Amino acid sequence: MPTRILIPSGVLCLGFDRAALARGVAAKPDLIAIDGGSTDSGPWSLGAGQSKYARSVTKSEWRELMLARAQAGVPLVIGTAGTCGADTCVDWMFDITCELATELGQSLRIARLYSNQPSPRITDALAQGRLRPLTPAPDINAEALGQMTNIVALAGAEQIQAALNTGADIIIAGRTTDTAIIAALPLMRGDHAGAAWHGAKIAECGALCSTNPTSGVIMVDFDADGFTVEPLADGATCTPHSVSAHMLYENSDPFILYEPGGHLDVTETKYTALDARRTRATGSKWVPGPYTVKLEGARAAGFQTTLLAVLRDAHYAANAQAWADKLHSFLDALIAKRMALPTNSYTLDFRLIGVNATLGAMENRIGSPTEVGVLLIITAQTQALASEIGKLANPHLLHYPLTESEELPTFAFPYSPAQSDRGALYEFALNHVLELDDPMSAFRLDVTEVTP
Amino acid sequence: MTQVRDIALKVRSKNAGPFWVTIDVFCGSSDAYTTLTTALKTDAIAALYHQPTQLLKRFDIPDLNVIKFSFPRPVIQGHRLDRDMHGAGWSTLLAELDI
Repeated sequence: MPTRILIPSGVLCLGFDRAALARGVAAKPDLIAIDGGSTDSGPWSLGAGQSKYARSVTKSEWRELMLARAQAGVPLVIGTAGTCGADTCVDWMFDITCELATELGQSLRIARLYSNQPSPRITDALAQGRLRPLTPAPDINAEALGQMTNIVALAGAEQIQAALNTGADIIIAGRTTDTAIIAALPLMRGDHAGAAWHGAKIAECGALCSTNPTSGVIMVDFDADGFTVEPLADGATCTPHSVSAHMLYENSDPFILYEPGGHLDVTETKYTALDARRTRATGSKWVPGPYTVKLEGARAAGFQTTLLAVLRDAHYAANAQAWADKLHSFLDALIAKRMALPTNSYTLDFRLIGVNATLGAMENRIGSPTEVGVLLIITAQTQALASEIGKLANPHLLHYPLTESEELPTFAFPYSPAQSDRGALYEFALNHVLELDDPMSAFRLDVTEVTP
Repeated sequence: MTQVRDIALKVRSKNAGPFWVTIDVFCGSSDAYTTLTTALKTDAIAALYHQPTQLLKRFDIPDLNVIKFSFPRPVIQGHRLDRDMHGAGWSTLLAELDI
């Protein structure tokens, strides 16, 4: 049965074109799906179990989507709620949804899909050989798994289908693959499996697959042979080139995409322009495989304090690396002497902005910067220690001379106090898949009736 | 000296998950594609990013006039020593490569 999915944007909080959304609702979609996050911004969200987006923006955009849902009379699904899709973020999104239900006077059935994995479950899977490393995978053992603050599994189509089968008006899903929230319904209704996954991949970033990437709203029609993608903003078009080129985006392999239960192969896909706006794709293949779900995990990896100084003096700007190396050795010796800390218990990392702060040792362009920003990032086992090292480094970062013979220099500090505590540092610590006999065995569904 | 960016329409890079980075060279025309597929040697790209050649995946895609390179991040995204959270700055090395 043909299935029409409306995708308001690539992620909630990125904004969307209101007129285009209204056009989408008027076109009678079968489901509205939006992504709520990814690992894109780094490990903090998963480590801390918090959204990186502002609650105010989340609520304001979600209000518009809840109104669109009420008008369309179809399910609204958000995947990877609250940036990382941890259980705490699902509940955060649920709270926002309940507030809005009251404000909007909506009676709703809300399904929450939880993706967090208790570490004993993963430890058991490791012992039973049901955990497989991907390339490259960090080393793991029971102790490392126990140290992770959040482990999530990426749900696929089956878990979203289970949520849809509850008859929910709104589904707030924890971590899912970007594609699953879009592919679930067409797969359930018997549309072409390769097209369901491929169309979902094309649309998951919203209008990024069109010639107007910031316009947001995209509609995909799935059927028995393929899918058709159409951007809904004025002036946006989906061309065979813009659509097929989207398979390059954030994919290490532009032809193969692994999902729970198999993989998508678009090597033989044919893209055709139906008219000036719409592109159709056929010939995408779904290749069934073992049922595995990918895991993501973050662990606490210390605490950070940063300091920033700016070298404007031409002599110092020209010799910034030598200066930073010398200061680094000096600070190591001072930390050993004053704080009795071994060098392997903390990290001092000098980033020379204007020299090689982005690329480090790979940088091959040598210029003569007007000034050099020196960002000192300190990582230690506690915030108190990182902060103490920051205070110890402060006067030297301000006055450290290149040679003993010169007058004491003073560099520019942009603010006071010079040190800023960054709080906990988290690191991604899993790149593995978990084998499951039953897709729902690692996920939990909770259904709530909400009345205003 | 001609650089890749003088011939290609666009060179971009981005993480492909926390453990990989991927670089897309949009050549813009079949002539530019032919020039760049010949000029860009896989060994030289691996050396540019301080990577062993065997870890570098290369895709020459004539339908899109695109050359794509992917390799594991030497420092995992967000590690204390990571310098570029999104991997978007890595493309500059390839864009500025002399050919």
